[in-house]
Amino acid sequence: MSATRFAPALTIALLTGPVIAGCIGIVLPAFGYLPALGGLALSLEPWRALLDWPGLGIAVRHSIATGVSATGIALFITLLILAAWQGSRVFVAITRALSPLLSVPHAAAALGLAFLLAPSGWIARALSPWATGWQRPPDLLIVNDPLGLTLIAGLVIKEVPFLLLMSIAALSQIDSGRTLLLTQTMGYGRIMGWVKVVLPQLYPQIRLPVMAVLAYSVSVVDMAMILGPTRPPTLAVQILDWMGNPDLAYRFQASAAAVLQLFVAAAALLAWRLTEGGVAQLSQRWLTAGARGRHVDRVARPVALGLAGLSVGAVAFGLAGLAVWSFAGLWRFPDLWPQTLNLQTWDRQATGLTGAITQTVIIGLLATGAAIVLTLACLQAEYRRDAAVRRALLVLYVPLLVPQVAFVPGLTTLTLIAGVAPSVWLVALVHLVFVLPYVFLSLSDPWRTWDRRAGVVAHALGASHSRVFWAVRLPMLSRAIAVACAVGFATSVAQYLPTLLISAGRIDTLTTEAVALGSGGNRRVIGAYALAQMLAPFVGFALALGIPALLWRNRQGMRVT
Amino acid sequence: MTHYHTADAVTRVVSEKTAGRDTGGAVDAIWINGANFISMKENGLLFGPFAEELPNWRYVDTTANPAVLTDFTVPVEGFGAPWAMFQMVFEYDSASLSEPPKSAVALTAWASANPGRFTYPQPPDFLGTSFLKQLLYGVLEDPEVLQSAIVDTDYEAVTAPLWAYLDNLHPNLWRQGQVFPENEPALGALLADDEIDIAFSFNPGRASAAIADGTLQDTVRTYVWDAGTIGNSSFLSIPYNAANKAGALVLANLILDPEIQARAQDPAILGFQTVLGMDLLGVEDRARFDALDLGIATLPPAQMGTALLEPHPDWMTRIAQDWTARYGTAP
Repeated sequence: MSATRFAPALTIALLTGPVIAGCIGIVLPAFGYLPALGGLALSLEPWRALLDWPGLGIAVRHSIATGVSATGIALFITLLILAAWQGSRVFVAITRALSPLLSVPHAAAALGLAFLLAPSGWIARALSPWATGWQRPPDLLIVNDPLGLTLIAGLVIKEVPFLLLMSIAALSQIDSGRTLLLTQTMGYGRIMGWVKVVLPQLYPQIRLPVMAVLAYSVSVVDMAMILGPTRPPTLAVQILDWMGNPDLAYRFQASAAAVLQLFVAAAALLAWRLTEGGVAQLSQRWLTAGARGRHVDRVARPVALGLAGLSVGAVAFGLAGLAVWSFAGLWRFPDLWPQTLNLQTWDRQATGLTGAITQTVIIGLLATGAAIVLTLACLQAEYRRDAAVRRALLVLYVPLLVPQVAFVPGLTTLTLIAGVAPSVWLVALVHLVFVLPYVFLSLSDPWRTWDRRAGVVAHALGASHSRVFWAVRLPMLSRAIAVACAVGFATSVAQYLPTLLISAGRIDTLTTEAVALGSGGNRRVIGAYALAQMLAPFVGFALALGIPALLWRNRQGMRVT
Repeated sequence: MTHYHTADAVTRVVSEKTAGRDTGGAVDAIWINGANFISMKENGLLFGPFAEELPNWRYVDTTANPAVLTDFTVPVEGFGAPWAMFQMVFEYDSASLSEPPKSAVALTAWASANPGRFTYPQPPDFLGTSFLKQLLYGVLEDPEVLQSAIVDTDYEAVTAPLWAYLDNLHPNLWRQGQVFPENEPALGALLADDEIDIAFSFNPGRASAAIADGTLQDTVRTYVWDAGTIGNSSFLSIPYNAANKAGALVLANLILDPEIQARAQDPAILGFQTVLGMDLLGVEDRARFDALDLGIATLPPAQMGTALLEPHPDWMTRIAQDWTARYGTAP
C-alpha cells in the first residue's frame, strides 16, 4: 500500500490544478491576451466592453441578491428544523423525506418547480376555475421574475437537504442531545435552548458547507437559466451566453466577466463572514440574558414542519407534474389532468434519450470510479500517517468555493489552445474535480469512525496492513463506500457547465439536454428528460443500498438496520 | 456522416483553408444561410456556380419566387441550391379570436384591447429579430432601404418608427413585456397553454404538425399579414474543397426532384414548403402536391400572400443590439 503515500498529493494536484489553470485561462483573455483568437497584447479592452454593456450593474445585483438570500433562507430553514425537532421521531421522518432531494439534479428540480409555479402550471390548474375563476392562465410574472424570487425558491429547496445532512453529521461531533436536555431542565424552550447553546457550537462545524452553498448560489448557471431573471440574466448566465456566441470576439468580454464573477463570489463570502462576526458580537448579551422563550416553540415547531413539507412537496409535485407531461396528449388549461395519456413522447425521444443516458452513465462511472479510488487512497494514507494529511485535504473544498463559471471557461480555452479534442475522458476528468469533494465528504466520516479494534484483532492474527484494508475494512465499510459512489455519480449526473463547455457542446448528457430543452417550453420532452435525469442518480442510490445488502445477505453482523 | 452545426462546419472549412487543405475536405454539403453564406461566398470558400446547371433546376420558379435567387439580399449566383421555402405565418386560436389583426397597426390596436395576449421571442433570438424585421416592413414608408447595408446616417431615422411602435406595444404584451419567451418552441408552448392568443412561426406547417401531434388545440389556424410576411429560402452549398463534390451535386439535384419535394411538403414527413413552381411541373408531379393533406391549420399556397424579402443581414445584427440596450437590460 505504499502507493497511498502519494495519493493525497496526487488528489490535491488533480483538484487544484484545473482550478488554477482555469483561472489563468480566464485572467489572460480578460486582459486581451489569447493568441489563438488574435489577442497578442495586453489591453483593458475586454473590461471596457464589459463596462459598456448596459446590463452589468443589474446582472451583478441579481447574482448577489439571489445568491445571498437563497443561502440565508436555506440556512434559516435548516436551523429552524434542527432547533424545533432535533432528536424527535418527527425529525427522523423529516430527514428521511428530505434526503432523497439531495440526489435530484438542480436542473430537474428547477424544471419541476417552473411547471408547478407557472400561471399555467399545476397549482393554478388545481385552483382553477373553482377557486380563482380563471378560465385562462392569469397574466402573472412568476417564473423568471425580475427580483429572482423563483430562483431563490429553487435554490432553497435544493440547499436545505444539503445543509441539513451536513449539520446532522456535524452534530455527532458535539454532545448536543444532553446539552439540549440540560437547557430544558433549566426552563428554556426547546428552540430557545437549541439556539443559545447548540447553535454556537454547531455553526463553526458547518461554516464550510454554508460557504460552499453561498459560492454556488451567487454563480449558479443551470437553475438561473431556467428560473432566473432574463432582462438581463444573472452575471453567470450572461457569461455563458457570451462564451457561446458564434462571434469569438465575445470570449474576451466573457473572460473579463468571469474574473468579475470571481470577485463577486469572493465579496459575498467575505461579507458573509463579517456578518457572522457581527451577529456573534451582537447576540452575546442576548445569549446570556436568560430569556427562556418557551412560547416560541408553539409557533415555530409547526412552521418548521410546514417549511420542510413545502420543500419536499415542491420538488415531488414538480417532478410528478413533469412525469405526467411526458405521457400527456392534449392537456389544456385549466384541466388538472391530460385528456389522453400516451407513449408518443417517450417513443420519439427514445434514440436521443438512449444516447444521452449512455454518455451520462459512462462519464459518471469514470469520474466516480476515479474519485472513489483516490478518496480511499487518501483516507488510507491519512489513517496510516498523520493529521497533516487531514489538514491538507481541506483543499478538497477549493473547487466548491471557486465559482464554476469563473474557471471552467478558462479550462475550455486551455484545451482549445492545447488542441485537445473534446472527449468523454476529458469531460470525466473535469467532472472528477467536482465529484471528488462530495465522495470524500460522504465517505470520510464513516471511514474515520470505523472501529479500529477490528483492525487490531486482524493484525494480531497476522494480517498485513494491506490485508486488513482489503479483507476487513473495505467489506465492513462497503455500504458507506457504495453510498459515497452514489453521491459521486449523482454529482456527475447533475454537472451542466463543465459538460457543456469542456465538450464544446458535442457531448449530450441528460443534464445538458434537459437544460437546453428547458428554454424551449416543450413540456412533454422536458418532462421525459427531467425524469430520466432524476432517475439516473436514483438508480445509483438504489444500487448503493441494494448491492451491499445482497453481497452480505448471509452475514448477520453486516445486516443493515 | 457527421452532423455539425452550420457555424462549426464553416469553422471547419475555414481552418482547412488556413491549413492549406484545398482538396479532400471533411464537409461535402452545408445547409447555409445569411451571414454564414455571405462570408463563405465572399471568401471564395464555396464551390460553384452549380445550382442552375442541375437538371431539376427547370422546376424551380424563379419569377414567382425570387427568394430562391437571393439569400438575405445577397445574390446566390448559383453557389447554393434552394431546397425549402420558409415564410412567417401567424398562428391564432380561432376559438377565442375571430378576426386576427393582419398588419402592424392592427396588431397594436388589438393588443391594447387585449393586453397580455401577445408576445415575441427575446432578441437576439432568430424568430424574435425576424418579427422586428416584419414590423419594420409594417412601419416604414419605403422598405426598399432594408435591401442594402446600413448607411450609418440612415439607421436612427429608419428605425425610429420601430422603437416608437415597440414603446407603445410593450406595456400590452404578455407579462407587460417584463419577460419574453426565449425562442420559437417557447412561443408555441405559450399558445398551447392558452397563455397567449397569437403566436408565429417561420414554418407554415408548424401549427398543423403540432395539432396532429396532439400538442396544440385543433382550433388553431394560421394567417399572414395583408402586406405579406418575411420569407426566405434555405440553401444547400458545397465547400470549395469538398472531398465528394459529385455526390453533393447528386444530392442537391435529388432534393429538387418533384417527388422528393412533395414528400418533404407532407406534414407527416417534414411539412416544408416547396421551392418548385406548380405550373412548371408535369401532370403527374402536380398531382402529388395536390394530393397532399397540408393539415387543418396550414394555408394553401395560393393564400400565402407575398413573401417579403429578408433585409440585409446588417439590420438584424444592429437592431438586435439596439433592442438589448433598450429593452433587454431593464430591471
